[in-house]
Amino acid sequence: MNIIHVIGFILMLIGFWGMLTQKNMIKIVLALAIVETGLQLVMVAFGFIKGRTAPILDSTELVKGAADMIVDPVPQALVLTAIVIGVAVNALMLTFVIRLYQKKKTLSITEYKDLKW
Amino acid sequence: MIKKLFAAVLLVFMAVMLYQLYSNITEKSGLSEVARGYAERGASELGTQNIVTSIVVTYRGLDTLGEVSVLFIAATGVAVLLRRRKEDEPAVTSAKRQSSEILQTGTRLLTPIIVMFGVYIFVNGHLSPGGGFQGGAVIASAVLLLFLSDTNYKINHGLFNIIESFSGAFYVLIGILGILLFGANHFLDNRILPLGDFGTILSAGAIPVIYSLVGLKVGTELASIIDNMKKD
Repeated sequence: MNIIHVIGFILMLIGFWGMLTQKNMIKIVLALAIVETGLQLVMVAFGFIKGRTAPILDSTELVKGAADMIVDPVPQALVLTAIVIGVAVNALMLTFVIRLYQKKKTLSITEYKDLKW
Repeated sequence: MIKKLFAAVLLVFMAVMLYQLYSNITEKSGLSEVARGYAERGASELGTQNIVTSIVVTYRGLDTLGEVSVLFIAATGVAVLLRRRKEDEPAVTSAKRQSSEILQTGTRLLTPIIVMFGVYIFVNGHLSPGGGFQGGAVIASAVLLLFLSDTNYKINHGLFNIIESFSGAFYVLIGILGILLFGANHFLDNRILPLGDFGTILSAGAIPVIYSLVGLKVGTELASIIDNMKKD
């Protein structure tokens, strides 16, 4: 466990707190984006191996002994995908917020009671 | 008050749950078997300097195609939800304030450089950190700058749609070309083009081509998302 794991952990908790307590829908979307950021940090940190370098083979020693000199490239590829999907999800959620605002002219989530029982 | 307390209790549960997952982390001492295979074979088999690129574009190319599709569907969803309806009252046309001269001059100066930097990022995706998605995002940021500096700026939808459709179609065609040339297991194989000299810009077979197509597609998609969101 290193410092990046801890930062990711804290960011995820901040994001969850924001989603649970905020009333403004844009702030809720931003809180989810913060959770995503924390999760991505944690995922990249899982691939870290002490004393190794980035998975870019720009010298002949690195090409020969790649498997023993680079950090894990798989979580990095995974996070690249996760970031793009995160952007797509955030864009779609903000669009819903815009549409809801056009209907009711308010951003407060407490005003939307249609699905509440 | 009671809601805040409830949120705090939930948050504590969440923290405990995450901590339980964390307590199993052990310091890694080596690569897993899959990662070791990618690291050992990536350079000689595919000719890419950047192992992450070889995973994203070739070994896991189908996932990336799915990822591009998800982004495309999201962009379509944004466009459908925010399209202008006839029954909607016409948007309030209050005169928008002109942007400052500093921003306008800076935009004129910076936009070509930002677009060029985006192209540089996705053309060098197989050599250095970067790739189609990052380069596309940089290009979209140049479009955002144009929107900020000129309140009446309109993007050329016809051109953007053509670029987006063609890059998506060519991406799939390159994938199918691998099947036609090498057999059923070679969808999105980058060796349909010669691998070239390791570490030069024209190397790694089809990877620079694929990443350029992805970069154009992502750039135009994100730009049209921005365009749809700023309409009102």
